[in-house]
Amino acid sequence: MNFDWAFFWRYLLEPSAVYLHGLWLTLSLSVLCQFFGTVIGLFAALGRLSSFRSLQIIVRFYTWVMRGTPLLVQVVFIYTALAAANIFRFEDIDLGFMVLPGNVQAGILALSLNEGAYMAEIIRAGIASIDQGQVEASKSLGMRYHLFMRRIILPQAIRFIVPPLGNEFNSMLKNTTLLSVIGVPELLLATQMVTSATFKVFELYTVVALYYLSLTTLWGIAQRRIELRFGEPHLRRQTSTKPKGWQRLMRAGS
Amino acid sequence: MMYPEADKPVSAGIRDREDIIVEAIDVEKSFGDMKVLKGVSLTVRRQEVVVIVGASGSGKTTFIRCINHLEKIQQGRILVNGHLIGYRDVKGRLIEDKERNVARQREEIGMVFQRFNLFPHKTALENIIEAPIHVRKVKPAEATAMARDLLASVGLSEKANSYPAQLSGGQQQRVAIARALAMKPALMLFDEPTSALDPETVGEVLDVMKKLAKDGMTMIVVTHEMGFAREVADRVVMMDDGKIVEEAAPDIFFTSPRSERTKSFLARILK
Repeated sequence: MNFDWAFFWRYLLEPSAVYLHGLWLTLSLSVLCQFFGTVIGLFAALGRLSSFRSLQIIVRFYTWVMRGTPLLVQVVFIYTALAAANIFRFEDIDLGFMVLPGNVQAGILALSLNEGAYMAEIIRAGIASIDQGQVEASKSLGMRYHLFMRRIILPQAIRFIVPPLGNEFNSMLKNTTLLSVIGVPELLLATQMVTSATFKVFELYTVVALYYLSLTTLWGIAQRRIELRFGEPHLRRQTSTKPKGWQRLMRAGS
Repeated sequence: MMYPEADKPVSAGIRDREDIIVEAIDVEKSFGDMKVLKGVSLTVRRQEVVVIVGASGSGKTTFIRCINHLEKIQQGRILVNGHLIGYRDVKGRLIEDKERNVARQREEIGMVFQRFNLFPHKTALENIIEAPIHVRKVKPAEATAMARDLLASVGLSEKANSYPAQLSGGQQQRVAIARALAMKPALMLFDEPTSALDPETVGEVLDVMKKLAKDGMTMIVVTHEMGFAREVADRVVMMDDGKIVEEAAPDIFFTSPRSERTKSFLARILK
């Protein structure tokens, strides 16, 4: 086997600027897209549960398309295909403190829209799992839709939403790699750029795999803590906040 | 003011009309093809306690839920405080009212459910102050003081910071009553408030309701508790197959009912 240990350790422990930039992009894109996806998902879920037939149909169509086509196809479609057909071209935007490149905008849009469809289903299921009696009690007290959704239903639904949301973010961390095909220099594309210069493919892909594994593992630990935070209110204090180390690792890897 | 149509003569004078809090006229309601209310008319005056009894499936729960528009109706009219609830009358047709108007009317109508429906993520105290603060816009300190008084009046002062899951069924139902009272409603609806309770906690809930009746609260109560009906009700109403078949003061209702349905119902339930 041909493995350059010195090279491996150097890139693992002293990543280059390209690498660190890629890591930063991966993280910030993941957080941003998960945030937008959750917001989109919330409104889509409310639309799906509303009594307006047209709204329900729009949301169904949206989730049907987004969950029925590969994310990679969506990414290329939104950035490359729309531009090729002269429908829409993503141009760089100067935000003052930084320039937001067109392909990053398209990537954020694609990942957020895709995530929104999955979050819509998760949030819809979370809301649906709350007993209808909660809505009736709220209404009988004179509360209106926006008020009881915000103060009564969603705070309870969050307990059902947070665990799958955590898994979605785990997927999101990995799905950002798809943006490499439209030239977003996130962690994977950064790796590819370094390999084309050094030809150390085995070493560098081991390094990048370990990077992703560290990210998902750290997230897994954070996820455990967040889930405990949103548990049954009167059980919060009694629940052990220290899951066994192996449990955390196993959860993080999933 | 909304008045019923001219072809429904109302014998009561203006003074008496102001005394009426609920007026249901020929209410009809179906779930799909199944007709559950087949023309129910009932008038309830302020400070009256009306108990509705009847076998399960007779439509009594559906009817009481129509009074605060948790159920839609297809025919007839329900007026609360002189105003149609849930609908606007447009040339004799019922048009669904705006959510805002329905919500505003519901502020005046307290409801207690069979399954309590307390908010499980809030403490007993938080359950009670929720709507006063966010709907009535009462100052939090004021709402909290009122909630503590209400908890004391239902005998649960020491449970203010308990979550519903930490309370017994009877305690939860008493908190639910306090929660409804915190809105200072003009009318309280009770939908089988003791049916989901252990027998030993039924009494504590009924005691709270009796005290409420004595304090002059207007109440419409769907229940199987005949002892409560006999002791507290001003009027007992018997429903059967989506219709009211008997309506009388409790001493008459329980001793000399007129309808056969009521006789056989009482024979079964009081034996």
